[in-house]
Amino acid sequence: MAKRIYLDYASTTPIDPKVFRTLLPFLKDNFGNPSSVHYFGQKAQVAMDIAREKIAKFLGCSSEEIVFTGSATEANNLIIKGLTSYFLPQTSNFRPHIITSQIEHKAVLEPCKALGEKGVEITYLPVNDQGLIQISRLAKKIKENTVLVSTMYANNEIGVIQPIVEIGKLLKNINRIKEKSKVQKTYFHTDAVQAINWLDCKVERLGVDLLTLSGHKIYGPKGIGALYIKKGTPIEAQIRGGGQEQGLRSGTENVSAIVGLGAAIAKVKSQKSKVKSIRRLRNKLIKETLRNIPDVKLNTPLQNSLPNIVNFSFKGAEGEAIVIALDQEGICVSTGSACAAKSLEPSHVLLALGLSEEEAHTSVRFSLGRYTTEKEINYVLKVLPEVIAKLRKISGYL
Amino acid sequence: MIYSKKVLKHFLHPKFFGKIKNADGIGKAGNPLCGDLMELYLKIDKKTKKIKDIKFQTTGCCAAIASSDMICEVVKGKTIKGALKVKFEDIIKKLGKLPPVKVHCSILATQALKSAIENYKKKL
Repeated sequence: MAKRIYLDYASTTPIDPKVFRTLLPFLKDNFGNPSSVHYFGQKAQVAMDIAREKIAKFLGCSSEEIVFTGSATEANNLIIKGLTSYFLPQTSNFRPHIITSQIEHKAVLEPCKALGEKGVEITYLPVNDQGLIQISRLAKKIKENTVLVSTMYANNEIGVIQPIVEIGKLLKNINRIKEKSKVQKTYFHTDAVQAINWLDCKVERLGVDLLTLSGHKIYGPKGIGALYIKKGTPIEAQIRGGGQEQGLRSGTENVSAIVGLGAAIAKVKSQKSKVKSIRRLRNKLIKETLRNIPDVKLNTPLQNSLPNIVNFSFKGAEGEAIVIALDQEGICVSTGSACAAKSLEPSHVLLALGLSEEEAHTSVRFSLGRYTTEKEINYVLKVLPEVIAKLRKISGYL
Repeated sequence: MIYSKKVLKHFLHPKFFGKIKNADGIGKAGNPLCGDLMELYLKIDKKTKKIKDIKFQTTGCCAAIASSDMICEVVKGKTIKGALKVKFEDIIKKLGKLPPVKVHCSILATQALKSAIENYKKKL
């Protein structure tokens, strides 16, 4: 085995060398606390402001609308819990309602579930067999007490892209009516963690009030997330203390990671030229796999997905077994999502698409990235059929 | 490491996978819903009641395949009475270790063996 092949970019990305160089001084020489008014503090403060502006520019919003958090998971928790808790004490008979989809990341589903257990009304919207939310179905679910619609921009397991612009338009229309009849507005959140590298994320065009992004999915550091919170959106802090991040997220800011996130997001645009070549490599992987291996099910919709993700089900071979067998050949991929590695449950995303539990257990996700080469894909195409054949032999599947 | 070297060895190079034609006992355990399905095939010596040959077919994770292979290795040559005494803990010990969420794989292996022996007894 000459070299390891990393095809798990949707789990995390390696830090970009330039981003790394940019953030490094903020771990050492420029170590100041941005809340301090002296030289060291202000140096950190200025760097943080610049990073914030870069993110604001990328999203097309003002830098006051950006809040840094410790991760995208924390960001999702903050807005879901923070918005709901704002509405909870309103009046005793107001029961906030949240709509989300069945294929969200656990970082959205779990806080929703916890709120649901405390009496908040939660609707988990089904998706069609392509993984898409249907606008008409969503429209029917919005009620007077619906305070939040939260749907991911692009799915981490299968790569499907949701019609965020259309959902944004729908909510705008509904909110216009709601405003006239003096009914509580429905806010719109999208988890754009997987989308940032590939899709237009201008918040105005998307029509979102809230957007989540993460550093380590875009060749930046781990341990940093950011939220776009449209001015005037009521969010109650979940972590209280020194009042950093406009009081929404107390705790001394992770300055080096923030600087890294800013540098990473500024570089995303320059990489857009690679979209085409990555899509071509992924499509080659799909085409050849479907041609060379019998009984493979493609779980990624070709037309409406991120260019870098593909999810397959291989009948008669279990997902984790495939991942470990491929790892032995130097190929690093994952089943469904990396977080799911801790549980035995079949992927909730694949079940929502209508796959059987059996099919869901045989799924593997390949996710390509900035450094993926044709040579690597060719190697995968050579090894994958052998690995599947061997596991099918062990399972007696013919 | 989530899996020990021993587990990986039995997963990557299982010695006992396959089917036995005209098996004296066939056992099953697990279900496709949980992702693991094991089948064990036994050939038993009529006189000595010893397991002459044993093979498995398993759809499942690394731990399930390694546990299947290990139970075959452990019980081959044992009498059916002796084989029934093998506990899932013995399989884990032989494999070095299994992550907590994968302990059920070794339990499945003992269940498949039990089911194969019961099947053999029924046929007598």
